[in-house]
Amino acid sequence: MNWAEMAVRALIESGIQQVIYVPDNALIPLIDGFRADGRLTVFSASREEEAIGIACGAFLGGQRALVMMQSSGFGNIPNALASLAVPYQIPLVMIISERGALGEYNSVQVPITRVIRPTLDALGIPHYTLTRPDEVDFIARRITSQAFSTQQPAAIILSALLTGGKQDR
Amino acid sequence: MTVQARFGGEVMNRLDLTRRLVALLTHGEAIVGGIGNSNFDLMGAGHRPENFYMLGSMGMAVPIGLGIALAQPERRVFVLDGDGSLLMNLGCLPTVAQVALKNLTIVVWDNSAYQITGKQATPTAEHTDLVTVARGAGIASAEWAKAEEHFEQLVERALHDDGPHFIGVRVDQSPGQARPERDPVILKDRFMRGIGVKGMN
Repeated sequence: MNWAEMAVRALIESGIQQVIYVPDNALIPLIDGFRADGRLTVFSASREEEAIGIACGAFLGGQRALVMMQSSGFGNIPNALASLAVPYQIPLVMIISERGALGEYNSVQVPITRVIRPTLDALGIPHYTLTRPDEVDFIARRITSQAFSTQQPAAIILSALLTGGKQDR
Repeated sequence: MTVQARFGGEVMNRLDLTRRLVALLTHGEAIVGGIGNSNFDLMGAGHRPENFYMLGSMGMAVPIGLGIALAQPERRVFVLDGDGSLLMNLGCLPTVAQVALKNLTIVVWDNSAYQITGKQATPTAEHTDLVTVARGAGIASAEWAKAEEHFEQLVERALHDDGPHFIGVRVDQSPGQARPERDPVILKDRFMRGIGVKGMN
C-alpha cells in the first residue's frame, strides 16, 4: 500500500463521510482514492473557505468531513476557522499539501507556506506534518479521533518528502 | 434600468416573511440563519430547536446549509442570508448546483445594502440580479418572490418539489428584531440536539 492508499483507508475507517476539496496535483491519489471507495460524498468547492463551511455543516448534520487543499489555499480559510470551527467547537480534518518548500520554483508559493503553522498554532489547532509513509496510518487515525473526541479542527500537512512535491518543468 | 425596476415586485419585510416561512415548516426542517439581520429576525420569529444561528463567518451560511443537507438527506434545509453575505461567497452557488441536493433551499433577503454597517449600497441596488446569478450558476429553480403570498407559494414548492431552490426576496431596511444568545457552543449544541444528531458523530 502506498501513502495515499493508507491515508484513504485510515480516514474512511475513522468515519469520514464527506470529502470537500480544492484540487492540487499532490492530492490526486487521495481524491481518486476517496472517489473509488464509493461510500463517500466527494466534491470540489469553489474556494477553500467554502469547503470549511460545508465541513462544519456536515458535523452539525451528524457526519464527519475532511477538507483538502493546497498550501496557498490555506490563506483563504483563517476567518472560517477563527469565527466558526474554533469558537463553535466544530471538529473537521484538513489535509494541506505543502508547496513553497523543498525545491519550490515559484516564489509566490513561498510566503503563504510560512504562514500556515503559526496561524494554526495561534488558533490552537493541532497539526502534524507527514514526511514518511510509515507514519501515515497512525497519524491519520489519531488526529481524526482526537479532533472528533475533543470537538476541535485538526490539520495534516503533506510534505514533499512524502508526496514528491512539484518540480519545475 | 435598475434591478429594482426590472424586478417589479413588492418590497417586503424580512421579519414578516421569516414568520410566514416558519409557519409553513411542520416537519422539523432545519434553518441556517446568516449573520446579522437574517438571524436576528429568525430569532424574532420565535426560537425553534432546528435553527442554527451564525455569529460571524460572513458568506458561510450557504456552505453550512449544504453540509447539513448532505448529512440529513431526509430533512429539508433552508438557508436565510443577506445579499451582502451572498456576494462575499458567490462561488458557493455553482457548488450547490453541482452537488444538486434535493432538500436545500436558499432564501436571500435582498435589501441592497450592508445594512448592519451603515446601509452602504451593495451592487444589487443598481447592477446585480441575484436570481439571475443563481440561474446562471445552474440552480434552475430560482425565482424572485413578487409578494407575500407568492413567497409562501415558493416555500411550498420548495417543501414539495426537488431542489435545490433559490428564492430571492426584496426586503426593506427594518432592523432585525431580536438577538440569538452569543454563546457559540450552546448554539451548536442546541441545534444538534434539535435535529437529534448529538453524539452521532
